[in-house]
Amino acid sequence: MSGKNKSSSQQPLEKTELNIGFVPLTDSACLAVAKEKGFFSQYGLNVNLSKEPSWANIRDKLAYGMLDAAQMLATMPIASSLGIGGVRKQTVTALVLGVNGNAITLSSDLYKQLQDINPDFDKQRPVSAETLKQLIEIRKQQGKAVLSFAHVFPYSTHNYFLRYWLASAAIDPDRDVNLCVIPPQQMVENLQANSIDGFCAGEPWNQFAINAGIGHALISSYEIWNNAAEKVLGVNQEWALQYPNTHKALMKALIEAAQWIDKKENRLETAVILAAEAYTNVASEIIAAPLGGEYKYHADSMAEKLDDFNLFYQYNASFPWHSQAAWYMSQMQRWGDVAESVNIKTVIEAVYWDELYRQVMTEMGLDWPLSSQKTEGAHTKQWQIDSQQGKQVMSSDLFFDNQIFDFR
Amino acid sequence: MVKLTVTIVDDDAGRSIILQRALEDAGYEVVAILSSHDNLLMHIEKVQPDVIIVDLESPNRDSLESMRIVTQHNPRPIVMFTNDADDSMIGEAINAGVSAYVVDGFNESRIKPIMDVAIARFREFQALRNELQKTRDTLEERKIMEKAKGIVMTQRQCNENEAYKTIRTLAMENNKRIVEVAEQIISITGALKN
Repeated sequence: MSGKNKSSSQQPLEKTELNIGFVPLTDSACLAVAKEKGFFSQYGLNVNLSKEPSWANIRDKLAYGMLDAAQMLATMPIASSLGIGGVRKQTVTALVLGVNGNAITLSSDLYKQLQDINPDFDKQRPVSAETLKQLIEIRKQQGKAVLSFAHVFPYSTHNYFLRYWLASAAIDPDRDVNLCVIPPQQMVENLQANSIDGFCAGEPWNQFAINAGIGHALISSYEIWNNAAEKVLGVNQEWALQYPNTHKALMKALIEAAQWIDKKENRLETAVILAAEAYTNVASEIIAAPLGGEYKYHADSMAEKLDDFNLFYQYNASFPWHSQAAWYMSQMQRWGDVAESVNIKTVIEAVYWDELYRQVMTEMGLDWPLSSQKTEGAHTKQWQIDSQQGKQVMSSDLFFDNQIFDFR
Repeated sequence: MVKLTVTIVDDDAGRSIILQRALEDAGYEVVAILSSHDNLLMHIEKVQPDVIIVDLESPNRDSLESMRIVTQHNPRPIVMFTNDADDSMIGEAINAGVSAYVVDGFNESRIKPIMDVAIARFREFQALRNELQKTRDTLEERKIMEKAKGIVMTQRQCNENEAYKTIRTLAMENNKRIVEVAEQIISITGALKN
């Protein structure tokens, strides 16, 4: 397939030179592969990938038209559209660039304190925060400092995962711990310097800390909620309306990249691409292990099997599920970031463009789910969903605490 | 009158000093200049500046944004601009590579003159940097020309003027810049020597 130009068979592109922002992480894979393996150029697009140091930069540069499109956290187009934390700009996504891929890592010191309470506290996965709750109570009685946990952006998926996990053991994320924001690339040094006791971040930063022997992974975001949207392709609504063909071509190139990455035999090459200085600048071995489904929780123990730690296309991973966006919004409301009066359904229908995804997939001859909603948490193993061409295989969408989220 | 206090977060020491001077000339007090490796949140808790001016390319912007949440039980939360801040000014600030965070409850109109100073200085500094790069490039090009002329003079046993003309003719015939041809002459000669 490579080298074949697919741009001629499409509607004319309104724009071919694109500037796309990303934050260097393992799940920047679709963008990196689309560029390096020529999927963008096959669709007639000349893409400059702009490495951005912060999510705030991505948000602002996209809002002010300095970027055509950007890798965003699944929650960011919602936050931008509502104008929380920044300038209000109607932002949309019609494509998920990856599910799962984050984890909660603790400092070796905190990990030891938990083991002192119960040496087997993390023997059964998924690990609950119950022992951490016990430790927090003991520390309170002893008058010790409040534990600090970092995530990567005020309205990040990481923030909501961390809060959900803590709160499930009755730890109040706003009182019992101190939550702060640290750029992902600075997490490891902060953990080492003991300025934080743990963090929730994407790869390669958890594995980096673990391999360096300064942290222990406790739970991956996959285990907290199986196969939840993590990164999305965000564009301004006005950009999407002005450049519809370009937007579709961009989505097609990224879907092809996602299909390519999800072939097991291409995972190693993906890791090598991401290791380059233009992307994460981290050793390819550290990136390759979780990408290949091998997750290491401790420096001194064998990696465990976590096949779907990173998914990009399989099981409709690239579909913008309204039920998943709704769960994120329900968490945003739970923690007071979005007013209770805001109608979740209205916001999501304006931000998560499921119909455009369907149109693009149809043009590519690919299948898509008929419904944009599923009962999140109800599927404990593989199942089938009604699709345009019949049935599609889906994977689990279990929450670690067995909650069910039915949004309809 | 109590001066407004400003903290600058910028890894470019040269630029932050110029900005500091400009802000002080305009009547503001710069309480600290920090780099991205300083402990920002701790500093800001302690010093409580009225305004924080930050390089747009600083990875610490995400941390600064979180202060609104971290300090939500604190009487002095910090937000980025405000929802009704002047739209065009934010766009201009982003273009110049500068961003600001202001203390909530702080009169928004008072951020404008500070931002104007910062935007102007960031632009000026960028222009200065571009100029310096151009000078460096010119110097570099001159060195390449001298070297290439030397090679042609030795090979053709001609004078400097004739050597220059030879290179220029080559450049015109091949539709290339003179310095590109000079670079090729140097690299080919180097390859032959090896």
